[in-house]
This record gives sequence, C-alpha cells and structure tokens, in this order.
Amino acid sequence: MSQQRKAVALISGGLDSMLAARVIQEQGIHVEGINFFTGFCVEGHTHAIRKRDRNKPKRNNALWVAERLGIKLHIIDIIEEYKDVVINPKYGYGANLNPCLDCKIFMVGKAHQWMREHGFDFIITGEVIGQRPKSQRRDTMPVVARESGVGDLLLRPLCAKNLPPTKPEREGWVDREKLYDFSGRTRKPQMELARKFGLVDYAQPAGGCCFLTDENYSRKLADLWRARGERDYELDDIMLLKVGRHIRPRPHFKLIVAREEGEGRFLQGYKNRFVHLYPVSHSGPLTLIDGRLEDGDLELAGRIVARYSQGRDAERVTLRAVTPEGEKTLEVAPFKPHEISPRWVL
Amino acid sequence: MGTVTRKTIDARGLLCPLPVIRLQDAVKDLPAGTEVELIGTDPGVLHDVPAWCRVHGHRVLQTRDDGEEYRVVLRIAR
Ligand code: SF4
Repeated sequence: MSQQRKAVALISGGLDSMLAARVIQEQGIHVEGINFFTGFCVEGHTHAIRKRDRNKPKRNNALWVAERLGIKLHIIDIIEEYKDVVINPKYGYGANLNPCLDCKIFMVGKAHQWMREHGFDFIITGEVIGQRPKSQRRDTMPVVARESGVGDLLLRPLCAKNLPPTKPEREGWVDREKLYDFSGRTRKPQMELARKFGLVDYAQPAGGCCFLTDENYSRKLADLWRARGERDYELDDIMLLKVGRHIRPRPHFKLIVAREEGEGRFLQGYKNRFVHLYPVSHSGPLTLIDGRLEDGDLELAGRIVARYSQGRDAERVTLRAVTPEGEKTLEVAPFKPHEISPRWVL
Repeated sequence: MGTVTRKTIDARGLLCPLPVIRLQDAVKDLPAGTEVELIGTDPGVLHDVPAWCRVHGHRVLQTRDDGEEYRVVLRIAR
C-alpha cells in the first residue's frame, strides 16, 4: 500500500484556500489547515467591537472552513515576527501598507517550518495566477517558493496546470490531471467549483484578508509612524487603529474618540494605559489621548471631545480628565464644526 | 474513582482569535481527559472555542454568558 501523504493548507477563511484544500482532500491526501494571526486580520475581534455589527455572525471564518472541510486547524500567533514584514518589506507595499509578497513568503516559510516539525509532505495554498496584482502573478509565484525555502513542495491546486509540475505531482502523490488551471481576476471558476463541492455561505472579503489593504487604516498607521518618529508598533497600537475616530490636532498627540457604545466599551479596556477624558455634564464618548500633552493641550482635547458629546450646542461642557498626575475637571466651550480642521481627522 | 484535573485559562481582555490560540497552546501539553475552563471577555469565545473544539474533537461540557464574562468548559480528547 502506498504511504498516506499529508499536506498542510494555508487557510485564510476565504473561498480560494478552502477550495484548494478540498481539491487535495479529494485525492485521498490527509490535509490539516494552518492559519496565521498577524494582528491585522479582519477576522474575529472586529465584529465584537462595534455594536451595530453585533448581530452579524461572529464566526471565525478559518475555523468555519476547517469545520466544513472536516480538517484540523492550527491558528498560529505570528504577531511579533510579522512586524519585520510590515516594517521592512523587501518587495515593498501594494496600493496601501500591505506588504503582500513579503507576507506570502513569510507565511509559506512558516508553514514549511510547521510541515517539517509535524512530518507533513507538502504545502498547499489557494493562490491563483493573476488574481492579485502584486503577490499572485506568474513571475512572483516562483519568488514565493524560492524565498520561503519551500521550493517545489509548494503546490497551488487551483492553478497548478499553469505552472511547472511540483514534487507532489512528479512523484505521483497527487494527480496533476485533476488539478486546475484558473487564472485572472474572475471568480467564476471558483464559484463553479464551490457549487460542485456543495460549499455555500463562504466568506467573501472585499479588499483582502487584512486591514493593511484598507486605505483609511493604512493612513492611520502611517500617521502613527510619523508621529512617533519610528516605524514600529505594538499589538495594542494596531488594535486601536481599528476603533474610533482618530484626530490629531497637534503632531505630538492624537485623540481616539469612541463613535458608539460598543467602541466605548472596547476603549474602556485600554483607558488605564492612557490619559483619558469623558464628558460629565452631558453624555458623550470616552476618549483616549495617545502621545504627550503640552500646555493648553488638555483644553484643546476637551473642546474636541465636547464637540462629539450631546452638549455640542451647549455653552459649556464639563469633562473629567484622568491623567498620571490625578483627576481633573475641566469646563470648556465645545468646538464648532468648522473649528475642527479636516486635516486633523485621520 | 479517578479525579478529574481542571485547568483554567484566563483569556480576559484578549480579542479573538487570541483566546483560541492560548487554549490551543495550553492543550498541547495536557493529557486526554483533562477539563479546561476558559474565561474571556470577547463574546466571540462562545463561538470560536466550541468551533475549535468541534474541529479537534474535544468535547464542550458547558458554555456560560455572564454578560461581562464568557466561560467555556471542555474536556480534552486525543
Ligand atoms: S492582504 Fe494582508 S494578509 Fe493578505 S497577503 Fe496581503 S498583507 Fe498578507
């Protein structure tokens, strides 16, 4: 009897990686999934934050995919190591701060390490030639295989027929004839194949798998780096960029203003690490101050917060400020809409 | 009668999928039959932890929503 071969599939939670894994399962290969948590993933936490999103299903798409396929899924925390990918991408960024090609190389490299440690034979991804402008092109596919060190143990079942045969194909572990030749940006063949497998209700993220493809998010991250004078971040920083209104009235500090109750609750969890403000004479948002305050800045911040409170049309709004020196009460005149410069709003 | 050991994982303050990752890492070193209680503040744990258990064959014994905190008790399979 021939040996049961084992493949590890990179599972993003989207359709393509789900199909790739399914195609290989069809060939009698034992498949397990691996999913990486970078901190920028759109998955999970984001729906837990905003109240209006609370009714949306809170499923983790990668786990959902694993369950549908009947495979084990290993979720791996790569937050720390991933920083270098985001901060110093060798191949640069895409349209926003998304270092997709470096990200792919890194993730496939990590999967390769996992594969060797767990006695698996090869790696599969849901990549399709021409699907993404930078990271999924005919000329970048070999770059991922080469730079990640995985070489010809990386199989892309959805477009394998457009690429040179890999070891799993040459050795007959999988039948190349039963793999696919998808290419380009069209989603039709994938949807067709999903139908054939009876897979419905899969996630279809619009921009990509992570916040780094989001223009607003990238702008806030670039602002954070500029303001700190260095390209670095902690997990808390990048989580907070997903939440609230970010307003930088001075280069040395910004406000993170909760937009609604869910965000307010989320910011509560962070408030003790920041100077924070909240209106007491009127209801209004909890606001964190990130940076350092100079003379007059607390009042400036207070006037902005008051603008977003129920007292926006009142003469005066009273706020409580919690600073390392203790608690203070301040009374301010809320800013008028035109007094908040659009340039402050990130 | 054998006693069942129970381990508690405090995932309060962590956002999904970090609670699942902490659980997964803890379970790696625990023997089959061990009961694990995970406490979190992200309501996502009530979905993600049972889903993770189903995928790995562990049995969910109890889930609880206290409004502020969420608990899942499970038994490790092998
Ligand atoms: S969208 Fe994000 S997670 Fe996906 S490849 Fe690009 S950088 Fe990586």
